[in-house]
Amino acid sequence: MTDHGPDQGTDQGTDQGTDQATDQATDQATDPATDTVAHALNTPDLAQPHAALGLKDDEFARIRAILGRRPTSAELAMYSVMWSEHCSYKSSKIHLSQFSEKQSQDSRAALLVGIGENAGVVDIGHGWAVTFKAESHNHPSYVEPYQGAATGVGGIVRDIMSMGARPVAVMDSLRFGPADAPDTRRVLPGVVAGVGGYGNCLGLPNIGGEVVFDPSYAGNPLVNALCVGMLRHEDIKLAHASGAGNLVVLFGARTGGDGIGGVSVLASETFEAGSTRRPSKRPAVQVGDPFMEKVLIECCLEVFAADLVVGIQDLGGAGLSCATSELASNGDGGMHVWLDRVPLRDATLRPEEILMSESQERMCAVVEPARLEDFLAICDRWDVSATVIGEVNSSGRLTVEWHGEVIADVPPRTVAHEGPVYQRPVRRPAGQDTLVADGTDRLPRPSSAEDLRALVLRMAAAPNLAAKSWVTDQYDRYVGGNTVLAQPCDAGMVRVDEATGLGIALATDGNGRYTALDPYAGAQLALSEAYRNVAVSGARPLAVTDCLNFGSPEDPAVMWQFAEACRGLADGCLELGVPVTGGNVSFYNQTGNTAINPTPVVGVLGVIEDVSRRTPMAPAAGQVLLLLGETRDELDGSEWAHELHGHLGGSPPRPDLAAERRLAEALIAGSAEGIVAAAHDVSDGGLAQCLVEMALIGAIGLDVSLPPAGPPAFVALFAESVARVVVAVAPGRVESMMELCVAGGVPVARVGTVGGDALVVSGRFDSGAVEPGRFDPGAVDPGSFAIGLADLRAVSAATLPALFG
Amino acid sequence: MTAATATAAATSSATGSTAGARIGVVTFPGSLDDGDAARAVRLVGAEPVALWHGDEDLRGVDAVVLPGGFSYGDYLRCGAIARFAPVMTSVIARAGEGMPVLGICNGFQVLCESHLLPGALIRNDHRRFVCVDQPLRIETGATAWTSAYTTGQQIVVPLKNGEGGYVADESTLDWLEGEGRVVARYLGDNPNGSYRAIAGVANERGNVVGLMPHPEHAVEELTGPSTDGLGFFTSVLQALVSSAASA
Repeated sequence: MTDHGPDQGTDQGTDQGTDQATDQATDQATDPATDTVAHALNTPDLAQPHAALGLKDDEFARIRAILGRRPTSAELAMYSVMWSEHCSYKSSKIHLSQFSEKQSQDSRAALLVGIGENAGVVDIGHGWAVTFKAESHNHPSYVEPYQGAATGVGGIVRDIMSMGARPVAVMDSLRFGPADAPDTRRVLPGVVAGVGGYGNCLGLPNIGGEVVFDPSYAGNPLVNALCVGMLRHEDIKLAHASGAGNLVVLFGARTGGDGIGGVSVLASETFEAGSTRRPSKRPAVQVGDPFMEKVLIECCLEVFAADLVVGIQDLGGAGLSCATSELASNGDGGMHVWLDRVPLRDATLRPEEILMSESQERMCAVVEPARLEDFLAICDRWDVSATVIGEVNSSGRLTVEWHGEVIADVPPRTVAHEGPVYQRPVRRPAGQDTLVADGTDRLPRPSSAEDLRALVLRMAAAPNLAAKSWVTDQYDRYVGGNTVLAQPCDAGMVRVDEATGLGIALATDGNGRYTALDPYAGAQLALSEAYRNVAVSGARPLAVTDCLNFGSPEDPAVMWQFAEACRGLADGCLELGVPVTGGNVSFYNQTGNTAINPTPVVGVLGVIEDVSRRTPMAPAAGQVLLLLGETRDELDGSEWAHELHGHLGGSPPRPDLAAERRLAEALIAGSAEGIVAAAHDVSDGGLAQCLVEMALIGAIGLDVSLPPAGPPAFVALFAESVARVVVAVAPGRVESMMELCVAGGVPVARVGTVGGDALVVSGRFDSGAVEPGRFDPGAVDPGSFAIGLADLRAVSAATLPALFG
Repeated sequence: MTAATATAAATSSATGSTAGARIGVVTFPGSLDDGDAARAVRLVGAEPVALWHGDEDLRGVDAVVLPGGFSYGDYLRCGAIARFAPVMTSVIARAGEGMPVLGICNGFQVLCESHLLPGALIRNDHRRFVCVDQPLRIETGATAWTSAYTTGQQIVVPLKNGEGGYVADESTLDWLEGEGRVVARYLGDNPNGSYRAIAGVANERGNVVGLMPHPEHAVEELTGPSTDGLGFFTSVLQALVSSAASA
């Protein structure tokens, strides 16, 4: 994974860099000599601020060894940012390698491009391929919610474009502190407006995602954006700079001083003594211009269609440093860059800053000289500025020139791919045993019809379960005219080919509470749910992307969580036969010394041969409801424990990947054969919430009888056992579905019918709360409770508007 | 797809001569729904023709759709820059001669900025972008783009905008109402603060219609909340046939 992006790099820079960067000024008239390679050779002992740039002493020593001299300021800037955690994956690399190693031959076969490029590419048949990836923009979104979230969308979209694909949809997984916390009121509306404000301008439908509230994210929200793109097999583009004499073209927005972050320390120490005239207060968080991105998309697609580029790379985290070193490193030779040719928004920028700038909406292409005129003509048609800033050569070096002087001369691989790799200490946290021992069995469990009815309503109104339309109504889900399913459905689905009906489905899921209790299982549970959600839509799960949000890798307890989660995810993907194609790691998600709940967000991509066969979520009158899967007494880490008791302890539901696989086969077959009329997965909030959501989306009542042989009503309704789905089938298809399930080894029970205007639940209820573990079936009377659809809708719809206006 | 195809077939058989209709869809830099508009045109059996903002040539089209999006980034003011695009010179001239023009969302904003329609679109009163399945009442079937509907007919099509609040002074609103030039009105809660819940208006002649909701997103059962949007596109085919017959 050579993934990159401004997230963690920006974060680290924010604290150490901004004040010095913005408050001091330089005076060009008294500008001291640029730190050239020649100057570096002549001043071997010049003190350099490597520690302030985040480089350890031994890392700095290694840079000196690689170069055989001290680095220039430009070189130091490049190494420091490219060897940062965010760009180099130095703490995570050894764990991420499992994702490649634990792939089966079968699952690997679908990968046209695997881990290591900007995004993986998956074969979906008929000559079509899909590329998709998730990326975090957590820290910028906390500092500046609107721009942080907006540029998060912009960055992931450019990643997809850099594979030669047309972006076709986005999703976003958002996590905030408590819904009623004052700071959540600052962060959430800005993040949502930013995701919408940027994404809506690109013409990409937003087809799903998550909104989760938990105190663990109060000082560190998670903003993970996912983009999916389509391309024909033959159109795959890679970030390779090949062919001596080919030209390096920078196109898109001009380069400014935004997002320079920690590198500012260099400028201030090396160049700015006694200076006064520099633009001040430049933002550490980049500012996006979605219109520029939109024309850049169209421009790129025309360039791709005309086959005018040899290689292409987006500019994200670490800006030009990253793009040039990765292009050169992946190519077959060297590269020379005339840095003074880069079009600037701010003429006072120093070369180090130009190399580091994270200005948005820029791309870098490698173009054969004979194709340059055509390339520039397309850029001109879209009013996109394009400048030749470099040339591929066979020197094996990346050389950077600034007004006739060489300011960097490095082997590109040492910058881009041969950074430090750490085996960080890993230690199971001291409190883990106590956490696991503290299960929910001591918590009171309601058992009367009246109490359970109240609980269903209370849960339907809980911020994590309530209707999210306040958020999702701010996103355009229609643009493009190919959106077949979107939120609040389990998976988003878009049509790829209007002629054949070929389509793809996508779901993202994650559960930080489960992962805190058991990181190995938690990662598998995130995978299971996303996999299940794709299967619920009728699509066949095919591949995985991930966004791994964790605390500091320097904390052995966090590193244990990370190592366990990676192991769990890799093992899970192997067992389900869905390879990881790429992803993103975001470390340092913590407030002071307190890390967030470890939160691997997993995105699963599926393919469906004919989108008209998709399974919707809304049931219709007269249909029969079947519950697929097995319910166990699994309430530790559940939404009930969280919402009612603020409790987190015990063991999460047991992942059962074999059962997920069998369930998926039944759902896919049921969809393809037209047996399943509607379906919805049972997850957060259990069966009760599943039924509430089906009733609300279908705007129709459900009459449900809890199976007499099943667990107590409370467990049946609120347990979060995996591998369960409620399906609705026409009365005449009940037998077929039952047979399909039995043949496939999927437990199935008929649980009710669709109709009326209330959610009615019948079962064995008690007259009051029972001691946990003292359930006595003999003392229970059958009964039922009913909740009118209007009441359900009212409580579900009211929560978010009441909090956010 | 099925419903759309059926409608298209019905339209063709009813009029007998719509197959040759060429309907232009303009692409400005920042247009987003141009592909959707072209699809809607295709689904009713006409030929979509791509028009480029920088080109005055209308390529012999019989009608024009200005699609939704953020033309020129909506810098300055929505539609304010697009109004000066070379293609608009021709569109304004031909609209004056009676050519049907439909502006959807950003296209509506462009039509208002071009003074082909009165009033203006301002930021939603709640200050948020809104994307919903919007119930509408068609207030007049007497335009080139709404003849397939009966006056008073209720339809549901997507609405998605950040600056969709229709405003005009009281006398203009009274004048529009009096002349039956309010084309569609929002039902239920007013989604964006439009005065008198106005979702769309027409010019005096009825050939130019501006609409904030998106009928081009309601043309297939599979991808839209309904197929109610098809009527706008079948209407214009009917108008073209009638005008050809009367010419």
